[in-house]
Amino acid sequence: MTHLPDTVTKPTTSNHTLIWYGLGLIALLAAPFLFYPVFLVKLLCFALFACAFNLLLGSCGLLSFGHAAFFGAAGYVAGHAAKEWGLPFELAILCGTASAAVLGFLFGYVSVRRSGLQFAMITLALAQLIYFLAWQLPFTHAEDGLSAIPRGKVLGLFDLDNIMVLYYTTAAIFLFGFIAMHRMTNSTFGQLLRAIRDNEPRAISLGYEVNRYKLMAFVLSATFAGLAGSTKAIALKIAALTDVHWATSGSVILMTLLGGLGTLLGPVVGAGVVQAIEDHLSSLPADFAVFGLFRLPPITAIIGAIFIICILLFRRGIVGEIQHWLDRRSGK
Amino acid sequence: MSAPSDEPILRLENVSKSFFGFYAVRDFSLDVRRGSIHALIGPNGAGKTTIFNLVTKTLPPTSGRISFKGIDITKRSPSEVARLGMVRSFQISAVFASLTALENVRVALQRFRSDGFAFWKSADVLHDLDERALALLHDVGIESYAHVRASELPYGRRRALEIATTLALEPELLMLDEPTAGMGHEDVDRIAALIKNVARERTVLMVEHNLSIVADLSDRITVLARGERLAEGSYDVVSKDPAVIEAYVGSEHE
Ligand SMILES: Nc1ncnc2c1ncn2[C@@H]1O[C@H](COP(=O)(O)OP(=O)(O)O)[C@@H](O)[C@H]1O
Ligand SMILES: [Mg+2]
Repeated sequence: MTHLPDTVTKPTTSNHTLIWYGLGLIALLAAPFLFYPVFLVKLLCFALFACAFNLLLGSCGLLSFGHAAFFGAAGYVAGHAAKEWGLPFELAILCGTASAAVLGFLFGYVSVRRSGLQFAMITLALAQLIYFLAWQLPFTHAEDGLSAIPRGKVLGLFDLDNIMVLYYTTAAIFLFGFIAMHRMTNSTFGQLLRAIRDNEPRAISLGYEVNRYKLMAFVLSATFAGLAGSTKAIALKIAALTDVHWATSGSVILMTLLGGLGTLLGPVVGAGVVQAIEDHLSSLPADFAVFGLFRLPPITAIIGAIFIICILLFRRGIVGEIQHWLDRRSGK
Repeated sequence: MSAPSDEPILRLENVSKSFFGFYAVRDFSLDVRRGSIHALIGPNGAGKTTIFNLVTKTLPPTSGRISFKGIDITKRSPSEVARLGMVRSFQISAVFASLTALENVRVALQRFRSDGFAFWKSADVLHDLDERALALLHDVGIESYAHVRASELPYGRRRALEIATTLALEPELLMLDEPTAGMGHEDVDRIAALIKNVARERTVLMVEHNLSIVADLSDRITVLARGERLAEGSYDVVSKDPAVIEAYVGSEHE
């Protein structure tokens, strides 16, 4: 057992957080000069999506297996609003995000009473329902999806077809979402969520209606997933079935765990790694044989392998391990 | 709903609880007088914790009726009952492990605020609660651990933290399940003194194995064995009851 000093010891507030913030901001501003901007736009959308997922799993301990539903459905709605209703960029994004919030409320209302595997299964089942609807409803155009969605202009002034305008607009949306979610985890509400995650029966015995708090967290997480999905649909001009597919839900879990669950930058780093791998491997053949036995798309196989290695070697995820290492060095 | 002061604050009428046909509590009735310290004692497995779970609505009773301050709470939810003014501690210490001792107490104090859902409001405003929280930590003797994470506290201190958190809600009825279990001598004395002190303004129902504490603190004792009431009365009456002596000696030989 560790020996504790019998004095009032304040936790050392981590200066790392500030350094991380600064580095992150510089990276965000400089990135389009170093990498292909469209790749970065996609990355930022998935990073925001992963942060939204992390908001629920990290602060509430709820593992949703259906987050693609919010991401994808919001994309369809935003795309439809921009293309068919001719709404401007901002309103289209708002429509998509709001639809994810409503969907989040419905999903959450049904699922937050459950926990663990049951919760994961219910969210998966509901997301499959959305996938089915995306197949069947006329406005989603089944396998074709929505394509050639017009991007429009930011504030009616800056043409989003200019790649740099597109990048910095996406970066601004990402930054807004990131900071907003960070504030939420450090809000009066976030504090109660942590308590509920740590010990739900105890929170109940103190008089808290824990399911209402979880529902609120679920809706917020779905809303930001929707913001990510809406932005992605308009920025990349497409909304397709893959966005609502369960594999996308799996992918966001992977990004979060790979980067570091419950860490600030983990989901962003995880999204970057997964996107970079997918981008590099997209030139490989469509599938290949494993030991001559069964065939797998290489992206799935390689990402799966990386995931297994990472989980075995760094259980805290990439950012989690780095933070742990820094804390240990500064601690002793 | 004001109740006359001689009406019991808590009343159990013919309460039973069966787990798959096994009766952990059978036809149990109990009146807890307002302002008293009432102890529930009995050998391990007698059903004490189950009674706590029934009273705090953590478990639904199989049959019977439970009322608190004259209000029928048989069908209420656990958090509702807590908000009515009945707060419990757990036999296996229940703290918020990743929060500091100070933050643990603040979670309870936050219930008096209206910003529990304010996801846009910085948690910094909770520092308003620090003074009260530190005073509560001081009362249970762990003020010096205020900024230590609950998961890193030694067991006895964690129990003390749990009691501080419970007291933060100023419950009318305080339910303590083995508050001194696993504590060192010094801590036991401090907690005993604390219970005596807080009971001046409220009612305490406690399960306790340390009989010297029970003898010292309790106004009334109910002895439980195999889910049923064996005896009830003051310590002097109960300790001389042959059935009680037999139950205790019997259980020690098992
Ligand atoms: N949730 C449960 N399911 C099945 N049996 C239980 C449950 N809770 C308690 N019991 C049983 O009920 C009896 C009383 O347990 P408990 O109330 O914990 O006793 P005590 O607190 O007096 O030691 C024990 O035999 C225990 O095994
Ligand atoms: Mg017990």
